[in-house]
Amino acid sequence: MKLFAQLFAELDQRTATLAKVDALKRYFAAAAPRDAAWAVYFLAGGKPRQVVPSGVLWAIACRQAGIPEWLFDACYQAVGDFSETVAHVLPPPTHQSDLGLAVWVEERLLTLRGLAPQEQTDRVASYWDELDAAERFLLNKLIGGSFRVGVSKLLVQRALAEGSGVDAKLVAQRMMGYTDGRIAPSAERYTQLTSSAAAGPLDLGQPYPFFLAHQLDLAPEEFDAKLASPDDWIVEWKYDGIRAQLVKRASQVWIWSRGEELVTERFPEIVAAAQSLPNGTVLDGEAVVWKDGQVAPFNLLQQRIGRKTLTKKVLADAPVGFIAYDILECGGVDLRDLPQAERRALLEALVADHPALHLSPVETRSSWRALAELRSESRARGVEGFMLKHRQARYGTGRRKQDDLVGGTWWKWKIDPLSVDCVLVYAQAGHGRRASVYTDYTFAVWSRTPSDAAEAAAAVEAIAAKKPAQPDDLQLVAFAKAYSGLTDDEFKAVDKVIRSTTLEKFGPVRSVRPSLVFELGFEGINRSTRHKSGIATRFPRMLRIRGDKPLHEADTMQSLEALLALHRATPIAEPRPNAS
Amino acid sequence: MNTSESDLIVQRREGLYCPPGDFYIDPWRPVDRAVITHAHADHSRRGHARYLAAAPSESVLRIRLGEIDLQTLPYGEEIDHFGVRVSFHPAGHVLGSAQVRLEHAGRVWVASGDYYVAGARADPREDNATCAPFEPVRCHCFVTESTFGLPVYRWQPQAELFASIDAWWRDNADAGRASLLLGYSFGKAQRILKGVDRSIGPIAVHGAVEPLNRAYRAAGVDIPETPLVTEIADKSIFKRALIVAPPSVQGSVWTRRFGEHSDAFASGWMQLRGARRRRSVDRGFVLSDHADWPGLQRAIAATGAERVIVTHGYEAVMVRWLTDQGLEASAFETEYGDDDDELSPPIADAAVDSAGP
Repeated sequence: MKLFAQLFAELDQRTATLAKVDALKRYFAAAAPRDAAWAVYFLAGGKPRQVVPSGVLWAIACRQAGIPEWLFDACYQAVGDFSETVAHVLPPPTHQSDLGLAVWVEERLLTLRGLAPQEQTDRVASYWDELDAAERFLLNKLIGGSFRVGVSKLLVQRALAEGSGVDAKLVAQRMMGYTDGRIAPSAERYTQLTSSAAAGPLDLGQPYPFFLAHQLDLAPEEFDAKLASPDDWIVEWKYDGIRAQLVKRASQVWIWSRGEELVTERFPEIVAAAQSLPNGTVLDGEAVVWKDGQVAPFNLLQQRIGRKTLTKKVLADAPVGFIAYDILECGGVDLRDLPQAERRALLEALVADHPALHLSPVETRSSWRALAELRSESRARGVEGFMLKHRQARYGTGRRKQDDLVGGTWWKWKIDPLSVDCVLVYAQAGHGRRASVYTDYTFAVWSRTPSDAAEAAAAVEAIAAKKPAQPDDLQLVAFAKAYSGLTDDEFKAVDKVIRSTTLEKFGPVRSVRPSLVFELGFEGINRSTRHKSGIATRFPRMLRIRGDKPLHEADTMQSLEALLALHRATPIAEPRPNAS
Repeated sequence: MNTSESDLIVQRREGLYCPPGDFYIDPWRPVDRAVITHAHADHSRRGHARYLAAAPSESVLRIRLGEIDLQTLPYGEEIDHFGVRVSFHPAGHVLGSAQVRLEHAGRVWVASGDYYVAGARADPREDNATCAPFEPVRCHCFVTESTFGLPVYRWQPQAELFASIDAWWRDNADAGRASLLLGYSFGKAQRILKGVDRSIGPIAVHGAVEPLNRAYRAAGVDIPETPLVTEIADKSIFKRALIVAPPSVQGSVWTRRFGEHSDAFASGWMQLRGARRRRSVDRGFVLSDHADWPGLQRAIAATGAERVIVTHGYEAVMVRWLTDQGLEASAFETEYGDDDDELSPPIADAAVDSAGP
């Protein structure tokens, strides 16, 4: 536990990626394989179910610390993290132990589940009494199933790879299913990850490095000069999904996300759809939620990704499909050096035989002007704009950019985000790094256009005086929450204003006297029954503080309705139907 | 709040006021007579007509306030003012810091100012080694600070703390990186300088720290002789050096001379992970000049006071806790500390390099 706690402390400090990888490598070199097996499990995001309910832990902590619940709660409010609060309110340990992580997890934690409350209480209390604050914090996180630290699965794989000399993508494949809880981490399973001997079928699913796209920043009049004729380009809609590579080899399917993370288990529908592909096929494309024959808004996919277990309901509510736009391997042959247009032809032929997959439609227009016009429909079609790929281009590697515009780069020709100017009305303190700082804001727009500054000021006074609003009164209607987009200094400044303009406190939330106008950007807007405003925005974030904008010039519900109408005027773009 | 005619300290717009003595303690607005507990800026302000303070705080008060009409008293010595006997007693917070004892018509009140007491049991190893340690004074009513008045604030043993600072410095020095340790120029900086292992490498300080170091040395505190950063011409010296500077230098051009360096912040707030991460430094060391939770409980109990008035920091929590313990407890609203919210430590606790925890 000490070794793992030390690793955690190192990872938790502000450190460069390189330093984190080094810390991981040092840990893996020093830890017993049995302990490292569990460390990999936790670091890569594995979470055993909570073994003791928080309520029980809460009660034990209060008793051991000799403090009443209200005082524990006051501490929790200040700390912003339950595990950490417990770690600090307890008196110092009376003795120290140093058992390995595996012993802790296998013999102590997992066996807690289902015990009588009294026995759980006794055991947890005695565990706490042999650990220092940092170790207690970790233990609580592990007990509560809420362990998190600033490393990704990818970084863990990289550290294992660098430490052992085995390719990182191989490590990633061998780690498939490692954290899904079906097989307990063990020394044997861990050693397999970095074994220098070929691990047989585990190693077959290698993807190709993703070719990443670049943002196209060209004025409309420059298109003809810089890009030549649109006939030289394949123009496709840019879908808002998850970039993925589909690998079919040896009768098995692997799905890799853009971070070269293996996500096969998340998309059983795509696995099923890909089963019929010939062995030795690799496709590049986009995983999207596919409903009623079209791409559904990204928020559905986002909700689905958020689910840990894919229940029948989740699968029915948000079925996933794969929109293919490139083929990298066919019949076991690497096609990446073929021109884009030839790969496209092969792809069309392949997908035609596999109707369960979708083909990314190509748009053809005779001029860039006509394409620009079509692109202006993006929002209504639920896409982010166009992708431009030169017909002669090979499939490149990573983010490499060519010197000339037509040299093979993939271009994202995206549309600008939606934005409105709105008013901060509620604030809540953040968590973790932002505990005790007001960083999570709720924004409102006017119910109608204020006739002048005086009317807006009167509305603010009414809010400050807590007068219930009459139906015809000018009001501020809350519609979105955001917590990102400002610098630390800006957050500090806003925090200060919030503290000095607080009207009421409701637990962790404060209402403030409206005074700040923000430009809020978002990627999408939808109707919602969950919000009082009837509107939900996607990816809202603060673009800037509009210190220059008086309150009465903030936007209105009508502005939101107009965006909504624009966004959903016509059905979403449909990929080309498959010949079947 | 229960106040009565016989209270020796009451709250006024200008600050805490002693009615029979007609003077203020650490007032935040200009007054005629100010009794000062210590030289941090939120407790000792400019603009009062006359000052009374503990003798060991004189040098620092003069550095900070310049020409003032200042009378001093050695610790423990009394003067009589309008029938109020006034004396100063060590508070363990910074050089010259004092609690103010007032006695009038048989009643004894003590105003703590800021003080440092760590742990549930007295242990000389846990005293603040840069000044006279906190001395409990029996009284009927104790006016106490409670900056860290939550049970999550418990300081680790100082030996452990300084070992971790030394280890960080040594690791950096071995890697050829400067170690920039941020802490308030008055109090924190001297505790760091006194506590670290001087054999690890050279030590340099920021210009704001040195005048205070001199005051400490003059008072007989063992603070190493350290050059100013700006006096060091050979930048390669920084590679093994510990640099002690006020928090305001973080991210400034002043730090560029060190090249690749590791930064750390020393403060009681660093106890919490959120505060550490918010601070955006490589390391947070939990080093405070204020009492931790067990220390506050011990200090309050040692006074034998039946009545306690809390001045700053988590007042509501502390008042409720003390009331539950059977004491008569209430709070004064003061302008001490940087904090404007009983539930949260200061965000910008580095913005004011003078009065922090």
